[in-house]
Amino acid sequence: MDQFIQLILAGLATGAIYALAAIGFTLVWQTSQTINFAQGEFVMLPAILVLMAVKFLNAPLPVAVLLATGMFLLIFGLGFKTYLVDPMAKHGVLPLAIATMALSILMKEGAKDGFSAEAQQFPSLVPEGVVRLFGATLSLRDIAIFLVAVVAILALQFFVTRTRTGRMMQATAQNPTVAKILGIPTERMILLTFAINAGLAVLASFLISPVYLAKFSNGEVIGTAAFIAAIVGGFNQVRGALVGGFIVGLVDNLAAAYVSSAYRAAVPLALLVLVILFKPEGLLGSKEERTV
Amino acid sequence: MNVHATPMPVTPPATVLKVEGLKKHFGGIKAVDGVSFHVNEGEILGIIGPNGCGKSTLFNCILGQLQPTEGAVELDGEAITGLFPAELNRRGVSRTFQLLQVFPNLTVRENLILAGQEHQGSMMSRLFGPKDAGLSAEAEKMIGFFNLGHLAETKAGGLSYGQQKLLDAAMAFMAGPRLVLLDEPAGGVNLTMLASLKDRLEAINREQGATFVVIEHNMDFVMSLCTRVIVMAEGKVLATGTPAEIRANPAVIEAYLGH
Amino acid sequence: MSRASIFSRIDANLATILIGAAILWFAPAGLKSYGLYVISFWLVMSIAAMGLNLTLGYAGLKSLAQAAFLGIGAYATALITAKGGIAGATWSWPLAFVVSGTLTFLAGVVLGFPALRVKFHYLAFVTLAFATLMFLIFRNEQWLTGGVYGFSNIPRPTLFGAKLNNDLAFFRFVLIVSVLLSLAMWWMLRSPWGRAFQALRENPLRAASLGVNLRNYTLLAFAIGSAYGGLAGALYAPLVEFIDPAPFAVSASFVLLLTVVVGGQGYFLGPFLGAAFSYVLPEVLRFTGGLYLLVYAAMVLILLLISPQGIIGIVEKFRERRRQKDAQDQRDASKAMLGA
Repeated sequence: MDQFIQLILAGLATGAIYALAAIGFTLVWQTSQTINFAQGEFVMLPAILVLMAVKFLNAPLPVAVLLATGMFLLIFGLGFKTYLVDPMAKHGVLPLAIATMALSILMKEGAKDGFSAEAQQFPSLVPEGVVRLFGATLSLRDIAIFLVAVVAILALQFFVTRTRTGRMMQATAQNPTVAKILGIPTERMILLTFAINAGLAVLASFLISPVYLAKFSNGEVIGTAAFIAAIVGGFNQVRGALVGGFIVGLVDNLAAAYVSSAYRAAVPLALLVLVILFKPEGLLGSKEERTV
Repeated sequence: MNVHATPMPVTPPATVLKVEGLKKHFGGIKAVDGVSFHVNEGEILGIIGPNGCGKSTLFNCILGQLQPTEGAVELDGEAITGLFPAELNRRGVSRTFQLLQVFPNLTVRENLILAGQEHQGSMMSRLFGPKDAGLSAEAEKMIGFFNLGHLAETKAGGLSYGQQKLLDAAMAFMAGPRLVLLDEPAGGVNLTMLASLKDRLEAINREQGATFVVIEHNMDFVMSLCTRVIVMAEGKVLATGTPAEIRANPAVIEAYLGH
Repeated sequence: MSRASIFSRIDANLATILIGAAILWFAPAGLKSYGLYVISFWLVMSIAAMGLNLTLGYAGLKSLAQAAFLGIGAYATALITAKGGIAGATWSWPLAFVVSGTLTFLAGVVLGFPALRVKFHYLAFVTLAFATLMFLIFRNEQWLTGGVYGFSNIPRPTLFGAKLNNDLAFFRFVLIVSVLLSLAMWWMLRSPWGRAFQALRENPLRAASLGVNLRNYTLLAFAIGSAYGGLAGALYAPLVEFIDPAPFAVSASFVLLLTVVVGGQGYFLGPFLGAAFSYVLPEVLRFTGGLYLLVYAAMVLILLLISPQGIIGIVEKFRERRRQKDAQDQRDASKAMLGA
C-alpha cells in the first residue's frame, strides 16, 4: 500500500510535467493547426542550453538560466512561428507536421553534436530530501515539481479565463475568423500562444532534467507522452491536456512497477488506442454533431 | 422548350420515391416534423420554403447523411430508410451538393468517369479492366451534352464556378440514375449559365425520362423548371401543387412575406 | 494546392520506369560492391516508400508504421530463409516473399479499421502505437527475433538453381523485383482504383455519394501500402544480410514519412526521389562524420520551406512557370500582330 501511494505521488509529479508539455501542444494546435512533432525536443533543449552556457561561456548558473530562457523564447517562440509555421501553414497540416519532424531531428542531433551524447547532471532547484506522508516516503523534489507545475497551470488558467488578453487569446483559438471580425489582434494572440508554449517547455525542462538528467534523446519519451496526454484528455482543451497529463503520468509510473519492463512503453499507447477507438473526442472533449 | 409538351402517359405514372411521416428532431428542435410526399416517374418536383424550414434536413435524411428520427423512405416500393449514401447511390439515387463538390485535381473527364465507375462490374474488374471502366463514350456524351467539350482535359479546379456547377450536375447523371436530387443547383450561378443549366436539365428529363427532386431558393428557376412544387414551413408541408397553384396560394404568400 | 492529375502524365511515368530500369541494368558495370549495395538499398527503400505514398499521397491516410511493416517482412524472411531455409534453398525466398506480403497485407487490413472510425491525425497515432508495439516485439521476443542481437548470416536467395551470391546478380534481381512492383503500382493507380483512392483523399463525402465504397477502398489502400512495406522487407533482409530492431524503430517510420513528403506525395515518381534523398544522400554525406543526420534534417527543412510539395513540386513549379510564360508570349505575339 505504501508503495502504491508512493507510485501515485511520483506519477502525479511526472504527470504534471507531461501536462505542461501537453498544454503547450494543445494551445499551438488550437490557434494555428500545428501538430508539433518537436514538442518533446522543446522540453529537452532548454536544460541543454543552460549547461552549454555554463560550459562554453563560463556563465554562473542564474545567468545561464536567464540566457537560455531568453534565447529559447526568441528562437522557439517567435522564430518557430515566424520562420517555420507561418510560411508553411498555408500548404496544409501535413507538410508543416513533417517540417516539425525534421525540426525535431535537427534539435536532437544539434544537442548531441553541439553539446554531448552523454546524459549530464542538471542542478536541482530544490534540496534533496524526503518527507514521510501516510507512511509513504516522498522526495522533496517530486513535491516541488508537482507544486510548481500546478501553480503554473493555475496561473495560466487564471490568465486565460480572467484577463482581457487571455480571453482574447481563447476567442482566437476557438474561432479565428470571428475573433478577427470582433477586432481582436489575432496575429498577436497566436504569437502569444507560441510564446506561452515555449515558456511552458522551458519550465518543464528545468523541472524534469534534475530527475532524468539532461540528454539529447529525452524528447522522445516526453514528446510521446505529451501527444498521448493531449489526445486522451481531448485534443482541443487545455483542461483536457491537464487531466490527460496526470493520467499518462500515473499510468506510466504504475506500468513501470507492475508491467514487465520490456513492454512498459506500450501501456500508455494501449490507453491511447482505447481512447481513440471508444471516445475519440477525448475523455473531456465533447462530441461534435455530425454535420453534412 | 416547355416540359408540359411531354405527352401524358395513359397509365398512371409509377411512384419512384415515397416519403412517409418523416421526422428529424435535434434535441427539442423539430427540424422536420412529419413530412409525407411522393415523386412520380419522370416528374420534376420542387421543394421550396423559407430558410430554416427544414428542407435541407429533409434532403439529408432521404440521402442517408442523417438518420431520421421517425418515418420511412421508399424507392420503387423498397424501404431505403437510413441506408448509407454509397449504398443509395448504387441503388440509383444520385445527388448534387449545395456547395461545390467536384474533385479539383481530376480532369473533367476523370470526374465523370469516377461518377460512373462504381456502377460498372466488380471490384476486381475495376482493377484489371480498362482504365476508363468502359465509360469513355458515356463521359464524352455527357461532356457534349453539358457543353464542356473544350474543357474535357482541364482539371476541375480550374473551371469557373458555373462550369463546375454544370460538371457537378453532369456527374449526377453518369450512372444512369433512377432519381436525382439537386440541392440548390442555381445558387451562385450567373443568369446565362442558369439558363443553360435549366435547358440541360429539361432536355435530360425529356429525353431520358429522368426523375428529379430540386431544392431551391430561386423562385423563378423552380417555377419554370418544376412540374409540381411542395412548400415547406417549420418542418411541415404547407402546400402542394403546380407552380401556378402555388403562386396563387395565400398561405404560401404569408409564409414567405410574413404577417 | 495544385497537384497534377496522375492520369494525364501516367505514360511519362511508365516510360520513366522502363528507361530507368534499362539504364540501371547496364550502368553498374563499373561499380564496386559498395556502389551496388547503395543502389540496391535505394530501390528497396523506394518500394517501401511507394507503398506509403499509396496510403498517404493518394488515399490521404496518415501512417506512421511503414518501417514496422518493413520489419515484419524482414524478420519473416530471415526466419524462413535462414539455416538452409524452410522450403529448401530454392523455394525459401519466394515463400518468404509471399508470406511477407500476406502478413503485412493482413496487418494493414486490421490496422485500417480504425481509419474507418477515427478522423485525420488520430489514425496517425493508432499506427504510431502499432509501430511502437512491433518494435518492442522485435526487441524483446528473443526466442523469435533474436532480440537486440537480431539475425545474422541471412542468405541471398537462390533462383533457378543459381545462388545470387554475386553482388551484381543480386542487384539485378532486386532491380527486377522493383520494376515488377512499380509496374503493378502503376497499373493500379491508372485503373479505376487509383481514381477512387484519389477521390477518397480529396473528398470522401462526395466520393461516397457517387457510390465509392469508402470501407473497401480505405482498407485496400492501407493494406496494399503496408504490403509494399513487407515486400520491401523481403528484399531488405537478404540485401543487408543482418537484421536487428534498430532500423525498424518508430524513428525509421518517421524517416519514411519524410521520404514520401520530401519526394512529393501523390506523385508516382516521388518515392524514388525521396528515397534517393533519404537513403543515398547519407552515403554521400559520409564525409561529415556523425553530422549527417543534422545536415539531412536541415536540408529537409529548407526543401519543405522552398517547396511543400517536395522535390517534384519544384519541377512542377518550373513547368507551370514555363507554361505561363509560353501563354504570355503567345498573347504578346497576337497583341503585336493586332497592333501591326
